[in-house]
Amino acid sequence: MNTRGIGDVILDVTNISLAFGGVKALTDISFDVREHELRAIIGPNGAGKSSMLNCINGVYTPQQGAISFRGRSFSHMNSRQVAEMGIARTFQNLALFKGMSVLDNIMTGRNLKMKSNLFQQAVHWGAAAREETEHREFVERIVDFLEIQAHRKTPVGRLPYGLQKRVDLGRALAMQPQVLLLDEPMAGMNVEEKQDMSRFILDVNDEYGTTIVLIEHDMGVVMDISDRIVVLDYGLKIGDGTPDEVRANPDVISAYLGTH
Amino acid sequence: MPSTFPRLMLDHAAARPDDAALREKVYGIWQTLSWAALAVLVRELACGLAAAGLQRNAHLVVIGENRPRLYAAMLAAQALGAVPVPLYQDAASAEYMFPINNAEVAFAIAEDQEQLDKLLELRTRCPQLTRLWYDDARGLRHYSEPGLESLDTLIDSGRAFDKAHPGFFDTELAAGRPHDVAAMFFTSGTTGQPKGVVHTHFTLLDRARAGAAFDKLTNHEEVLAYLPPAWIGQNIFSYAQWLACGYVVNCPESAETVMIDLKEIGPTYYFAPPRVFEGLLTSVMIRMEDASRAKRCMFECAMALARRVGPALRDGQAVSALDRLKYRLGDIFVYGPLRNTLGFSRVRVAYTAGEAIGPDLFTFYRSIGINLKQLYGSTETAVFVCLQPDHEARADTVGVPIAGVEIKVEHGGEILVRSPGLLKGYYKNPEATAEVLTADGWYRTGDAGFIAAGGHLKIIDRARDVGVLIGGSHDGALFAPKYVENKLKFFPFIKEAVAFGDKRKMACAFINIDFEAVGNWAEKRNLPYAGYTDLAGRAPVLELVRQCVETVNADLAQDDKLAGSQIHRFLVLHKELDADDGELTRTRKVRRGAIADKYRLLVDALYGDASEQFVETAVTFEDGRSGTVSATLKIVDARTFAGVQRAA
Repeated sequence: MNTRGIGDVILDVTNISLAFGGVKALTDISFDVREHELRAIIGPNGAGKSSMLNCINGVYTPQQGAISFRGRSFSHMNSRQVAEMGIARTFQNLALFKGMSVLDNIMTGRNLKMKSNLFQQAVHWGAAAREETEHREFVERIVDFLEIQAHRKTPVGRLPYGLQKRVDLGRALAMQPQVLLLDEPMAGMNVEEKQDMSRFILDVNDEYGTTIVLIEHDMGVVMDISDRIVVLDYGLKIGDGTPDEVRANPDVISAYLGTH
Repeated sequence: MPSTFPRLMLDHAAARPDDAALREKVYGIWQTLSWAALAVLVRELACGLAAAGLQRNAHLVVIGENRPRLYAAMLAAQALGAVPVPLYQDAASAEYMFPINNAEVAFAIAEDQEQLDKLLELRTRCPQLTRLWYDDARGLRHYSEPGLESLDTLIDSGRAFDKAHPGFFDTELAAGRPHDVAAMFFTSGTTGQPKGVVHTHFTLLDRARAGAAFDKLTNHEEVLAYLPPAWIGQNIFSYAQWLACGYVVNCPESAETVMIDLKEIGPTYYFAPPRVFEGLLTSVMIRMEDASRAKRCMFECAMALARRVGPALRDGQAVSALDRLKYRLGDIFVYGPLRNTLGFSRVRVAYTAGEAIGPDLFTFYRSIGINLKQLYGSTETAVFVCLQPDHEARADTVGVPIAGVEIKVEHGGEILVRSPGLLKGYYKNPEATAEVLTADGWYRTGDAGFIAAGGHLKIIDRARDVGVLIGGSHDGALFAPKYVENKLKFFPFIKEAVAFGDKRKMACAFINIDFEAVGNWAEKRNLPYAGYTDLAGRAPVLELVRQCVETVNADLAQDDKLAGSQIHRFLVLHKELDADDGELTRTRKVRRGAIADKYRLLVDALYGDASEQFVETAVTFEDGRSGTVSATLKIVDARTFAGVQRAA
């Protein structure tokens, strides 16, 4: 469906199982993500989608299985290490700094790339000032890319929800991630906002070549923009393939429509 | 001294090479292009266009927002003796077909992907359109259309061409004459196909200079270029006068950031159509409603004082010492900060035109210390016909004829103008040209009006729109629809109004509510609503609109000539009138005829006995899809008033 040139597998999830006490959130899940791919994870409520993302992201540690990123395998990893490896994410329930401006929020995404120490930054002189200028320039490119110039200096809490989601995406982009995990980027949006967001996701994928793993409820959007889809239900993988394959999968149909 | 635009540009570059010519906000920072840098850019673009085959007298279409490189491209085309044709950047693709085919356009420059897509869509129907360039490459990496290049590539090829033919640019530039065609502007046209208005360097520059002399503009002015470049007003204010005076033109970052950029730049010379001033006032009023009680009190006190003494102070009339002192205090605490918030702190001269401006709206700006004035002109007259002198600004006139202008009023009230700035003609349309240009050089404006006291011109309506009422209590009375609509539109709650009444027994109207203002009003009253259509049909909203209509009726009853134009029945439309649906022109004027045809059912209901009417309307959404909106509209009777009694 596109001409981006999808590459080799860069993220490989094998036999992941995750339980919270007696509750099995994920059972023996395996799938892979190829470079430059737009990969979606779908499933009904409570299917384990966000848990899956949290495992990749290092927020949860699965009891079994392994995740390998660019050939490096890890089963215990904290979120900082994951971020340093080039995996960024956005959140289903926005986790922005409401009182800070759009610029400052996106700037926090550059935090890992900053070399100067706290003292230098506090004095804001020499290398620290130069560094901030560079990062600011990068942030401005994101502001331009996401078309939020008019809101640069607005506190995020005052923006409408759809724009806050865009700022959240902007902050993740500021990390220059190789893989971007998006947790329901379109939840709670109206049709127009969803269209905008879809376009930005496709543009990120296209312009920056970023690999994207996306969780989404809106089937229409997922089918339109994804290259391949994993379907989860009650912590089990019930389908995996292109949108057409998934659409034809009888297990997926029954999980979504409840018919047998 | 007659000259040409590119020659003026080079004069500035020679006289003060390092001064700013254009500024553009890029990645959050204002970037300056000096006159010298502009001269180099124009030279390279011109050579590139020549290398691509742009001939003298050929047309070059330019579509986009105000961008320095698009301005440079227009100068480059003019340097080669070619004619830039700016087109409205918010028009749909199909609307470009006529101008492009009419002017046999083979070359076009588009700002970005959005504009380029519209041009590419037309390629099969405009086969002569062979070369396309774009300014902003975003999203265009995978485009492989033949003949498509970036402006950077054009500049590179221009540089190479210049090296190979060193004297070429200067020879071409020197061959340009003031009476050569400089630009063509397509009028939006309320009816029929658009017409290409042809102007020469001389006509545009003569008027630009006359206007500049009237307001004593210098090269220190700052101007924000935010209106469509395809509109002649924008061209005059930020192109013709820019080159005539040599001031700085600032290009905002995007359409949404205009208010922020306005505040940052603080223009000294400003133009906006009345709707912009209206929008600003509405936003101020909404914010004041949300302000604390103390702030509201202070604002209301200060504004009452401003209404009383502000206009007199502006007009240089005598005001008591106490009032002067109070006004100065008001200036420190309210007017000054308000001007700053609006971005008008440094405005020396501000103009409005295009539509009539409500007297209260006009007075508001003048009373807080902004030198807002009106002007009269059109595409065909290169804008400047009448201007208001600093101390003689009124809401109901459009000023005095300025240097070089003669005015006469014909029998039916139509205004005729003669000036050096009149159009050369309509492109390839001698019939239309003959209709407006008389043999002895007068231009028929199509506006009805008269010369009022002090030599000020007063416009009532379009000459052909002024109608008569037939039958009913005001048989034979004058019906001036626009006059009534403007009065209605002055209420912040009413966004658009369309009045009907010509050859009917009474006047009726369609009303469009202002979603923002009425929405805010409804929220304050805990009135729930589910979008525009729902809000527009709510009983309290209809009642609100009825009060507005009745206020207008009471006002109209004061003037016995216009008493017949009182609105007897009205309805509030279920959708916003939109240019994409053919209901407004691109300059947002209502197309009364088109609306009457489209909503015939509703017009009939207004003149029938029904108290409500079901209607379903096709709409075009912003992404080009279409759908329908339906609603049952209530038809409301408004109170009318007897005319003022006159002793026989």
